[in-house]
Amino acid sequence: MTQESTKPVSPTLELRPSGEDSFVLIAKGTWTINQQRPSLKETLSDVDDLPAGSSLTIDTTKSQRYDSSLTSLLLRVARTAADKDLKLDYKTDTDSGIAKLIDLALSVPLSKDDGHHETENDFFSRVGEATIELYDNLLDSVTFIGEAIFSMIRFATGRARFRSTDLWLTIQNCGAEALPIVTLISFLIGTILAFVGKAQLDAFGASIYVADLVAIAMVREMGCVMTGIIMSGRTGAAFAAQIGSMKVTQEVDALRTFGFNPFDYLVLPRMIALIVMMPLLTIYANLVGIVGGLLVSWASGIQPLAYINETISVLNLTQLSLGVIKSVFFGIVIAGAGCLRGLQSGNSSSAVGTAATRAVVTSITMIIVIDSFFAVVFTIFDI
Amino acid sequence: MSEHTPQISVRDLTMAYGSNVVMRDLNFDIERGEIFAIIGGSGCGKSTLLRHMIGLKEPAKGDILYEGESFNASSSKQREALMRRFGVLYQSSALWSSLTLAENIAMPLEEHTKLTKDTIADIVSYKLSLVGLAGFQEYYPSEISGGMKKRAALARAMALDPEILFFDEPSAGLDPVTSKRLDELIVQISESMKTTVILVTHELPSLLSIATNSIFLDVSTKTQAAVGDPKELKEHCKIPQVREFLNRGQDVEAPSHSLSS
Ligand SMILES: Nc1ncnc2c1ncn2[C@@H]1O[C@H](COP(=O)(O)OP(=O)(O)O)[C@@H](O)[C@H]1O
Ligand SMILES: [Mg+2]
Repeated sequence: MTQESTKPVSPTLELRPSGEDSFVLIAKGTWTINQQRPSLKETLSDVDDLPAGSSLTIDTTKSQRYDSSLTSLLLRVARTAADKDLKLDYKTDTDSGIAKLIDLALSVPLSKDDGHHETENDFFSRVGEATIELYDNLLDSVTFIGEAIFSMIRFATGRARFRSTDLWLTIQNCGAEALPIVTLISFLIGTILAFVGKAQLDAFGASIYVADLVAIAMVREMGCVMTGIIMSGRTGAAFAAQIGSMKVTQEVDALRTFGFNPFDYLVLPRMIALIVMMPLLTIYANLVGIVGGLLVSWASGIQPLAYINETISVLNLTQLSLGVIKSVFFGIVIAGAGCLRGLQSGNSSSAVGTAATRAVVTSITMIIVIDSFFAVVFTIFDI
Repeated sequence: MSEHTPQISVRDLTMAYGSNVVMRDLNFDIERGEIFAIIGGSGCGKSTLLRHMIGLKEPAKGDILYEGESFNASSSKQREALMRRFGVLYQSSALWSSLTLAENIAMPLEEHTKLTKDTIADIVSYKLSLVGLAGFQEYYPSEISGGMKKRAALARAMALDPEILFFDEPSAGLDPVTSKRLDELIVQISESMKTTVILVTHELPSLLSIATNSIFLDVSTKTQAAVGDPKELKEHCKIPQVREFLNRGQDVEAPSHSLSS
């Protein structure tokens, strides 16, 4: 192929009449994919215009070297010839290698369905498609919720089958292993609240109330919401990717055929793990946030003891439980969105990526929606 | 005539994953234009040997020479240039799932040649036709069957008209007719383009009909049991395991006259 070091001769393709109703297509020169093919528009359209029934001979005897560059072109000519009912001869004057390869290429007929999914691109069809997708999505979600509830009931009555090691591993993964990032983020949130709050409260000479502000903000909102967001990005995405790639490799199908319920096996342990760990992480985050606030206030002259006293006086059990209650729902949503998107995933690696993205988007959106719902409810009940 | 150097020579190759040795002391040569089969029970290290030859894995010991030059000693530039001359069909197809079949085949062409879109489209259509997938240009890998993926991956492996083609179990998962077509294709490519083909296969019919040379890896001794034309090995190899393998696992009598293998 490349071993002969003959100088490349530029390739040419020429169509010549060779008698009545017969033509010859002559390829000359060196045809390799490392060099540009000549412009073939005219020659090819000449071939297109040949009268039906005439005969066409392909002559490659004058070409020095060739690879797919020439063979692919001749295959195209052969297909055109078949369309136009030309009598094509690619045996006599054609290199036998090319002839055999063309034979092989033509031995399986062209597939008619070219895979193009007819997508209309006007406004109405896009709205229509989006609506159908929304509906499908809603249906999937409702089915998922239903399945999840049944699965939970099976778990509660001790009939759900899954590997308990899976549960413990997931608990470790979304509990202990999440501590460093939760610590960092909630500590910083606590300090930010203290900095911002103190600057404002100093104007009224009420600096000590920074303790109230940090405590209430952390315990009611920031602790659980930030933990929720961290866990969506960290754990929800991981759930979607794990389950998604299990779909790609047909592991989910394998579970099903062996009589395991993929729901009990994959979704339930993850759901339980997050339902258990989210409240614990939230309590921890609240504490760390308050410590952050305390350190900032201490640095600007508030005695830690006074700060702690103020914090204790403003917090009661109701306040403390609000964020924790919300975090249980956040846990359900994060695990649910992660598993749902994973199970919905298509079977390619890019689909797994999309599933992970959609899991994060869904769970963060849901967290904020649930949080504002609770804000309204708490206001109505004056908590 | 100058001293003859085979296209690929493997010298004292030992392959290992960490401290777990897969095969040791492999020695064999592959000539240009040969169809060379790597045979052995599953899990004996055939894919691993292929990965070493492609340069995806460093030998634990020994060397692989391409035209007399050590692969592992060469600079990364040289290695890249060498790897461009390879076409590889991976055991799991490894088509890029976010690209259509046409894009999968066109990508190496766009990267490594200066051909126009039109030429590339011709080549893509030709390669797909060769593997019997004409007209499937716009399909995504996730939309076709496993056997079709295998064939599309083969078309991609051939995209740059490589000098050396590596196939890891190309006919696994293909029906007999397609599998036979694949054999024809391999022979045809190897003949018309002087392409060297190195293939891992379990298909005895195709092995015996197309391979011109082979190496048999023995999992029990962790080294090569025999090198040679599989048709010869089938009848005359001294080692019973090799004959058993090549005779479909049937018990075989000792060869009537033994031939050096
Ligand atoms: N990535 C890996 N890490 C460790 N061991 C491996 C790895 N891949 C393969 N092996 C081991 O190497 C041996 C050979 O594997 P492989 O080359 O895939 O076999 P086959 O001949 O079936 O292609 C097997 O025993 C396998 O357990
Ligand atoms: Mg293998």
